[in-house]
Amino acid sequence: MKDVLIIGGGVAGIQSALDLADRGIHVYLVEKEPSIGGRMALLDKTMSTNDCSICILAPKMNECASHPNIEIMEYSEVIEVKGKAGNFKVKVRRKAKYVDSSKCTGCGDCMEKCPTEIPNEYNSYLDKRKAIFLPFPQAVPRKATIDKEHCLKLTRNRCGLCERICKAGAIDYNQKDKIIELNVASIIVAIGSSLYEPKDLVEYGYGRYANVHTWMEYERLINAAGPTHGHLKCAPDGRRPKKIAFIQCVGSRDVKRCQWCSSVCCMVSIKSAMLANEHYPDLESYIFYSDLRVFSKRFYEYSKRGERDYKVTYIHARPGEIKEDKRTKNLTLYYEDEEKGKINKIEVEMVVLATPIMPSKDARKIAEVLGIETDKYGFIKTVDYTNPVETTKKGIFVAGCCERPKDITESVYQASAASAKAAEIAGD
Amino acid sequence: MAEKLRIGVFVCDCGTNIAGFVNVPEVCEYAKTLPDVVYVKENMYTCSNAGIQEIMDAIKKHKLNRVVVASCTPRTHEPLFRKACEQAGLNKFLFEFVNIRDQCSWVHQKEKEKATEKAKDLVRMGVAKARLLEPLKEIKIDVEKKSLVIGGGIAGMTAALSLAEQGFEVYLVEKENRLGGLLNYINQIYPSDANAQQFLEEIVKKVEKEKKIHVLLNSEVESVDGYIGNFNVRIRQKKESEESKEIKEIKVGTIIVAIGAKPYEPMYMYNYDEYENVLTQYDLEKILKEKKIEKWGTIVFIQCIGGRGERVNYCSRICCMNSIKNARILKKLLPDSQIYIIHKGLQTYGTVYEDYCRKAREEGIRFIRVRDSIPIISSLEKRNGKLFVGFYHPGLRRKIELGADSVVLSTPLIQREDAKKISQMLKIPLGQDGFFFEAHVKLRPVDFATDGIYMAGSCRAPADINECIVQALASASRASIPMAKGYVKAEPYTPVIDEERCMGCGVCVEVCPYGAMKLVEKNRRKFAENIPAACKGCGACASSCVHKAINMRHFKDEQIMAQIEEAI
Repeated sequence: MKDVLIIGGGVAGIQSALDLADRGIHVYLVEKEPSIGGRMALLDKTMSTNDCSICILAPKMNECASHPNIEIMEYSEVIEVKGKAGNFKVKVRRKAKYVDSSKCTGCGDCMEKCPTEIPNEYNSYLDKRKAIFLPFPQAVPRKATIDKEHCLKLTRNRCGLCERICKAGAIDYNQKDKIIELNVASIIVAIGSSLYEPKDLVEYGYGRYANVHTWMEYERLINAAGPTHGHLKCAPDGRRPKKIAFIQCVGSRDVKRCQWCSSVCCMVSIKSAMLANEHYPDLESYIFYSDLRVFSKRFYEYSKRGERDYKVTYIHARPGEIKEDKRTKNLTLYYEDEEKGKINKIEVEMVVLATPIMPSKDARKIAEVLGIETDKYGFIKTVDYTNPVETTKKGIFVAGCCERPKDITESVYQASAASAKAAEIAGD
Repeated sequence: MAEKLRIGVFVCDCGTNIAGFVNVPEVCEYAKTLPDVVYVKENMYTCSNAGIQEIMDAIKKHKLNRVVVASCTPRTHEPLFRKACEQAGLNKFLFEFVNIRDQCSWVHQKEKEKATEKAKDLVRMGVAKARLLEPLKEIKIDVEKKSLVIGGGIAGMTAALSLAEQGFEVYLVEKENRLGGLLNYINQIYPSDANAQQFLEEIVKKVEKEKKIHVLLNSEVESVDGYIGNFNVRIRQKKESEESKEIKEIKVGTIIVAIGAKPYEPMYMYNYDEYENVLTQYDLEKILKEKKIEKWGTIVFIQCIGGRGERVNYCSRICCMNSIKNARILKKLLPDSQIYIIHKGLQTYGTVYEDYCRKAREEGIRFIRVRDSIPIISSLEKRNGKLFVGFYHPGLRRKIELGADSVVLSTPLIQREDAKKISQMLKIPLGQDGFFFEAHVKLRPVDFATDGIYMAGSCRAPADINECIVQALASASRASIPMAKGYVKAEPYTPVIDEERCMGCGVCVEVCPYGAMKLVEKNRRKFAENIPAACKGCGACASSCVHKAINMRHFKDEQIMAQIEEAI
């Protein structure tokens, strides 16, 4: 049996790793962030069962951490790949965390005392994190990382508070990046995706209007561990919304921006509307869609349930413009209801934009390192639709949203599928 | 024997999930007052690496011999905490889970004081049970390194090929006289527009060449008994020449169910059986395959016939792409024709399918989106030899009629007749939609709750070829795990049968849903006996035994009574 390299520690990478490890193959799980978990770790609840995302993912993350056949290489990136199927020589850069992971207990004392606050990317920049940090409370491994771009000690040789506070003596400002060489039989690429930023869609006022959010921001706003502890609050006075509008295809199915359908957003918005109504039973939601895409198992039924039990109204329209009331910060949407053939408007307190899943920002770079192709949009290319996990290079397979937008279920079974192919090479 | 009890209690905040509604420090203080509790700890996240480490450290440092965790739910987290106990050298069945999130903090969010009191009650009950816990041993079962794949369609063949490639022997059972399933009836596959029969032929050739795959055509699984690692399967094979049948008995370690689905036939709907040139997608595939296209001037595709609440209550996923595929083929063959697709919202998700749809628009296929109502059209009539499709056009805000030479109805894929039989035989559930029901919608999408049995393809939910292949490979990966390891461990929550009390009445054998109870004769008396590897520990036998002869390990009467006593 030979080893397998998995690039990306989101739910796809985790599932691939567990399948291979459980069948006795040793796996290196390389993750660029300080924790595995990927986007799923940052979602609130997941469609179509509405169970808590991190609650069902955390056991799998921990299983990876304690599995004798899995070596997690967090805060690392693959920088070189040579060789061919059955015998790849890989170089991985383990970035300096300036914290000795073998000593750090994850107690959090350093994070409490660190004086430097920076916008928190793990909460969609809605609050602040420290320069020494854990991405989120359930991080795996639960070891602190120093952000060298912002740490006062590392940038200006001042402060040094964390070193003084750490009872475990884990802080090491002199840590250096390490290059590690691996030899693997096959590789699974599961590097996930990025999200479209709707700043150029001026008609929706994202970034200008306080109560217009992207769906990912909304995930954090309604999450108990998020910046508002799960309470939806509207500017200017922090009152809770009574009406929310969800706009679909913001940037997607758009020939000038992202041409593709992002596959998950219709269901995500229905779920988000349901959650809002669960928090506040009188809350009404309006979902503005182009084609309500509810094609997977139990999705159509779920969309009907939203309508029946959660005060969700579906409107076939693409709003042309949103206007903000200067005083109340309420938002008025102007749209043409295509089913009724009528121009209409509606005033709501909050608008959530369903922005599409895009190729990961690293996709092209990683594709280059691996010598595989991306498609015309920048997603990792498969040989064809009847070889759905094979990339253009033998021995390298793909899973999850880096191949094209997909939901958790599809990411999970594609991850298992990639494992089957990887095991065909590494298994004997 | 009488080892002094030393119980450790860990109470989890679950961030704010518990601590937001339950006064956790108060629960901890309370736990300290309970008998035999020697150590209590509050964790922000007991499931985090740090929390797990704390449990392991405390077991060693405080010589704990029972561990109680009060937190979220055993459904997701019990294995984790047990593993921590095991790694610290404690028998993992000396662990007790107390559910203070799902069954306490979440349901009493508006009554914090009462939630705190209830959490205390639950912890007290858990500690009471922990005091009576006994160490148990997991059962190790050898796994036969062979697999049975039921269904020789694209999913079944793909799964078989991957398992064979991984080194396992596979029996591929197909009830028809050829491999390929539904793909046999298809003309072209999307989005590549490749010839479906050439594609199929190549795969069939690969399957036939693979020595590790035993293809059994004209065959049906007649019975299955046993359990993961050791399924005894009887397969009935019809001999083609004569009417004779042959029964084959095999032993396999895992089973993959890939029996596919079938298209819904819209009998007595939309005059399908009355008018010529009102076709289903599959009638059209046949015409295209046989190249018997007529000179149709106008062709109208109608989506969601029978689907989305009309006859079945789900979206069949693949029909939009199927219509677009065939519309494009027809447009190429009949460039002067007018082709319309009437739909309630196109399901061309993702990158490639959206491109495919855009291409169709550019080629002149016309899409008409109508309201999401049932039926999708208001009339389909034949006048003077021409078909007329009447429907409400939202854009025009009135009812219109389209004249057509041919109308193609897109009907959903539905469960096959034999799904029920297989469901009963393997004791695997079907969902409300008639498709097989997975162990977990998101995290175990191709597993059944019953160990050792997996699924792939359209018997799970309508799936196109791409998705069938992905799921088939996934099921091959899942099935390979026990076979590659060569063994599995079963939980030891099995019944203890008191032979003094057992009257051999057989009620337990009848009620057991897993075939894990049998009657044996000893000294001319009949006794119930348990097959541990097949047993799921549900306790149906124990609760139905009128003679109180059955006691479940880990859920013994005295353990449960102790909990009840603390509760009241």
